[in-house]
Amino acid sequence: MRILTSSVGRKILMSITGQLLIIFVLIHLIGNSTIFFGPNGINAYAKHLHDLPPLVWAFRLFMLAAVSVHICYGVMLTLENKAANPGAYAVKRNLKKSFASENMIWTGVLLAGFIIYHLLQFTVHGTPDIVVGLDAANRVDVFKMVVTSFGHGLISVTYMAAMVMLFLHLSHGIPSFLQTMGWNNEKTIPVYATGGKVISAILMVAYISIPAVILAGLLKL
Amino acid sequence: MILDGKCPKGPIQTSWDRHRFDMKLVNPANKRKYKILVVGTGLAGGAAAASLGELGYNVEAFCYQDSARRAHSIAAQGGINAAKNYPNDGDSIYRLFYDTIKGGDFRAREADVWRLAQVSNNIIDQCVAQGVPFARDYAGYLDNRSFGGAQVSRTFFARGQTGQQLLLGAYSALSRQVKAGSVKLFARTEMLDLVVVDGEAKGITIRDLVTGEIRTHVGDAVVLATGGYVNVFYLSTNAMGCSVTANWRAVKKGAYFANPCYTQIHPTCIPQTGEHQSKLTLMSESLRNDGRCWAPKKKGDTRAPGEIPEEERDYYLERKYPSFGNLAPRDIASRAAKEQCDDSRGVGPGGRGVYLDFADSIKRLGEDTIRSRYGNLFEMYEKITDENAYKVPMRIYPAPHYSMGGLWVDYNCESNVPGLFVLGEANFSVHGANRLGASALMQGLADGYFVIPYTIANYLAKIKPGSVKADHPECKKSIEDVTGYNNKLLSINGKKTVSEFHRELGKIMWENVGMARSEQSLKEAIKKIPVLREEFWSNVKVTGSGAELNQQLENAGRVADFLEFGELLAKDALHRNESCGGHFRVEHQMPDGEAKRDDENYCYVGAWEFKGVDKEPELHKEPLTFENVHLAVRSYK
Amino acid sequence: MNLTLHVWRQNGAKAPGKLEQYEAKNVSPDQSFLEMLDEVNEQLIKNGKEPIVFDHDCREGICGMCSQVINGVPHGGQERTTVCQLHMRSFSDGDTIYIEPWRALAFPILKDLIVDRSNLEKIMQAGGYTSCHTGGVADGNAILVPQPAAEYAMDAAECIGCGACVAACPNGSAMLYTSAKVAQLAVLPQGQAEAAQRVCDMTDAAQAAGFGNCSNHYECQAACPKGVSVKFIAKLNREYQKALFK
Ligand SMILES: Cc1cc2nc3c(=O)[nH]c(=O)nc-3n(C[C@H](O)[C@H](O)[C@H](O)COP(=O)(O)OP(=O)(O)OC[C@H]3O[C@@H](n4cnc5c(N)ncnc54)[C@H](O)[C@@H]3O)c2cc1C
Ligand code: HEM
Ligand code: SF4
Ligand code: FES
Repeated sequence: MRILTSSVGRKILMSITGQLLIIFVLIHLIGNSTIFFGPNGINAYAKHLHDLPPLVWAFRLFMLAAVSVHICYGVMLTLENKAANPGAYAVKRNLKKSFASENMIWTGVLLAGFIIYHLLQFTVHGTPDIVVGLDAANRVDVFKMVVTSFGHGLISVTYMAAMVMLFLHLSHGIPSFLQTMGWNNEKTIPVYATGGKVISAILMVAYISIPAVILAGLLKL
Repeated sequence: MILDGKCPKGPIQTSWDRHRFDMKLVNPANKRKYKILVVGTGLAGGAAAASLGELGYNVEAFCYQDSARRAHSIAAQGGINAAKNYPNDGDSIYRLFYDTIKGGDFRAREADVWRLAQVSNNIIDQCVAQGVPFARDYAGYLDNRSFGGAQVSRTFFARGQTGQQLLLGAYSALSRQVKAGSVKLFARTEMLDLVVVDGEAKGITIRDLVTGEIRTHVGDAVVLATGGYVNVFYLSTNAMGCSVTANWRAVKKGAYFANPCYTQIHPTCIPQTGEHQSKLTLMSESLRNDGRCWAPKKKGDTRAPGEIPEEERDYYLERKYPSFGNLAPRDIASRAAKEQCDDSRGVGPGGRGVYLDFADSIKRLGEDTIRSRYGNLFEMYEKITDENAYKVPMRIYPAPHYSMGGLWVDYNCESNVPGLFVLGEANFSVHGANRLGASALMQGLADGYFVIPYTIANYLAKIKPGSVKADHPECKKSIEDVTGYNNKLLSINGKKTVSEFHRELGKIMWENVGMARSEQSLKEAIKKIPVLREEFWSNVKVTGSGAELNQQLENAGRVADFLEFGELLAKDALHRNESCGGHFRVEHQMPDGEAKRDDENYCYVGAWEFKGVDKEPELHKEPLTFENVHLAVRSYK
Repeated sequence: MNLTLHVWRQNGAKAPGKLEQYEAKNVSPDQSFLEMLDEVNEQLIKNGKEPIVFDHDCREGICGMCSQVINGVPHGGQERTTVCQLHMRSFSDGDTIYIEPWRALAFPILKDLIVDRSNLEKIMQAGGYTSCHTGGVADGNAILVPQPAAEYAMDAAECIGCGACVAACPNGSAMLYTSAKVAQLAVLPQGQAEAAQRVCDMTDAAQAAGFGNCSNHYECQAACPKGVSVKFIAKLNREYQKALFK
């Protein structure tokens, strides 16, 4: 299977899994935004999601696979790339590469760490801040859980920092996956570069708005 | 001795086809038993090695650069000719043949030139098949332009980088054979001797330029395609590494050097800026299609070009050659530029330059059209001179560019040493005393793709493969000689650097054996060169050792050869007591300053046999006969 | 003008190397960068020292032989300019200049500023050609090539094989170089028959030779003296995907 071993093939897998993750990030954001409609918004949304356990598990496994592939190849490619460049220049001036493109592996690793923490917290409910309960309609009270947790300054800041990582990762990741898929030409190159930054910034702001709004006391129990 | 070019007799139109039929073939199963050593991977050598490898021969190819793709063919800008007659403007094989003979001022062999014109069409097809991105018109057909010295549009081009694209085509064919295992490439390898066994070429001695190892490669035939020698002038449009070394070492082993005095000075180069200059850069002469050459009418005019009014400009080429105008052949255009400068009407630093002005074309066609045609050339010009040629006229001056002379070969591209074949610029064959634009690329590829694959078989079929082994006494001797020679260079430890000597030689050559030569100047050169040579061998400083990467040693060997070869060039120029093509003797000119040939006494190829350094070389003649083109005064008026 | 140079000196592939300091005096602004080094070398030789070795040949920006990293940028960072075409007028009196060789795993240093680029050859040998025979091909006009395709191919074919893209790449990747050839031949009708095999073979060869993978930093295009665009890498990626489904 040349796609699993070749230089370009593995990049394509990175790209496809990256795209899946982006789609997830988008859907997840839309879903999470229901929090702005209060308990009736997000709790209903969560219930709908969990009403179909087989589907939920299929989806989780699928995302797990995507993330694993993305991480495995991300690490592998990065190690190979480091080896291919001894990096011995006494003076090296870069004309193009950005902080974001240079640090994909680190923003990625931090994101991975964040994902684990995030799952432990809101999916497994394994962190001390979690308050699990039912709402008036007998649904899991996600609203309460989230608002309580984000009420802790440190947790909110952690989430915000993670979203900065996401911004960095995607500001290179978006133009990069378009290039890797070959959906690029002379004219689109600069458009993607800007577009990538704008979209990742929007995502970042949108995600951050949740803990920010809670922390600011605008969304209360 | 009278040399025999072995041209087929009879009607010229069928001469190559008949000759091909008459030649012997090598049985396909036997081909791999023959080893062919191809020195040089430019258009000629690259095409030859690829084609021979594909035929099944066991080929080894050598070049001094780090990749076959970097041979100096890469620098050719303008284009390549072919008699396709796609534009339907009256071209034909006969016309290309005629133009080439006439352009060469009737100093080339008819049969060779005919063959060149004939196979020119196959070259284009071959290159297209390789993926050479020739310019196309809107309908997708191949585009043509007219090019220096031709009144038909027969030049195919790939932007301003035709040589590059053709070479990359040949290089790709070569790469394919390397993968197939039929060609073995030896880059960063310089040939320093020819191994001749019982009078036949059987190997070469090389120096590995990385490790310094000197060793012999033996084979059943040797093909030299090592390019031109105009670096004997020091400043030229050639690459820094271009040299006469491969040819000269072959000469020392018995090969004859033909017409060394036929050198081409290209009219459109960027003028020199100072003593530090290491080479000159050519501006493709295709520029002359849209640029107009002029010099101020007033002597010593120092006004900026824009301030010189129209009526005070002398468009000297248009004035002197109304029908060809700015497209007059190179030798003529170069001399005309020199005349302007000698007449104190030159422009730029030192008055060594004339203008090439695009203002009219830009007005007529718009800057965009000019940019699309010559953008990269204008860019190159700006990089070197810091001037914008869209706004101010270019300054140009002639520079040594091409060597029509080279090792003597017969119709089969075989030298007088059996088994030694010579292709491309390294041989003397088709351009006579002057080469027309866009025909060197054509010759290189013709020789490599379509001539040598046939003619070498005729030789190989007659010999037993693998007769000489690497432990042959001649090989051992050759290695000892080369090692001794290099050690001598390293041991002198004098005061002057190699490039100082090269510069000095260049000065002697340019001043005395350059664009205009006289008996007196030539004698002066013949006197000065041996003195300089002697100084070289007692006062040159070559640092480092022979057992490592040592560029000083490489250059020292090349300059040492130039110091011997330059003298031969001057002697040939002195002996050729006529003007023809690029060889201009001031004693022999028409009242209007045109070259005056002496067909009675000099209608021959002058091939020189080396007799030893400081000994008189011996001249051998090959008479030239013209049966298909009338021997006439060349006129471009 | 007078300049201070810090030049990488390394006496052979295995020897350790270091930066050595030299003074370049009375440099003329009309000199090319290599001519400036020539003069430094002349002085070194006269003082009985080993001159700096560097690759060069055509000195007009086309052979791809010259290869120096100047102040941290391959070819010196002037747009569309090779070292040999870089002129001293782009420096000022008193400048300090760092000169280093190409550095990448696949380009071992041979001496001083000279590296071994034969790995680029291997990529070409893996498939950078059309398998046509000498002779026996169709007339040049038998297959029409739309002008935009010819222009696109020519844009890609501008590559001079210098390796600056590799030297600039944080991953030591040869993807720009490889893509230029793949794209050139993929867009021309003559190259299409072998397109799928070619893109696989050439990228495999690059990988095997120790070049890194492409991370789309685009550092290559910025350093490329011929302005070869990373759009050709996108083309390569498309060709690769097509090949995957063949
Ligand atoms: C700037 C410039 C522009 C030109 N423009 C045009 C043009 O537009 N049209 C046209 O038709 N012609 C043009 N020409 C002429 C044409 O490019 C050359 O004549 C032609 O390409 C020569 O090809 P070649 O194969 O004979 O030699 P080259 O391409 O010079 O190849 C010589 C080969 O020999 C090798 N070599 C040399 N010596 C040794 C040695 N001792 N040991 C080992 N290897 C050795 C080199 O490494 C190289 O591979 C131009 C020439 C120049 C310089
Ligand atoms: C929310 C999660 C994530 C998203 C949306 C995401 C998205 C992307 C995208 C779109 C790309 C570009 C792919 C391409 O170049 O074609 C990418 C590249 C990359 N990702 Fe992620 N990613 C995520 C998480 C991670 C994680 C957890 C890691 C892990 C360690 C990681 C490591 C990398 C690396 C190293 C690259 C660069 C690969 C290269 O160019 O060589 N990513 N990512
Ligand atoms: S793509 Fe550009 S930088 Fe890379 S080898 Fe080609 S010309 Fe050099
Ligand atoms: S020396 Fe040829 S490109 Fe610089």
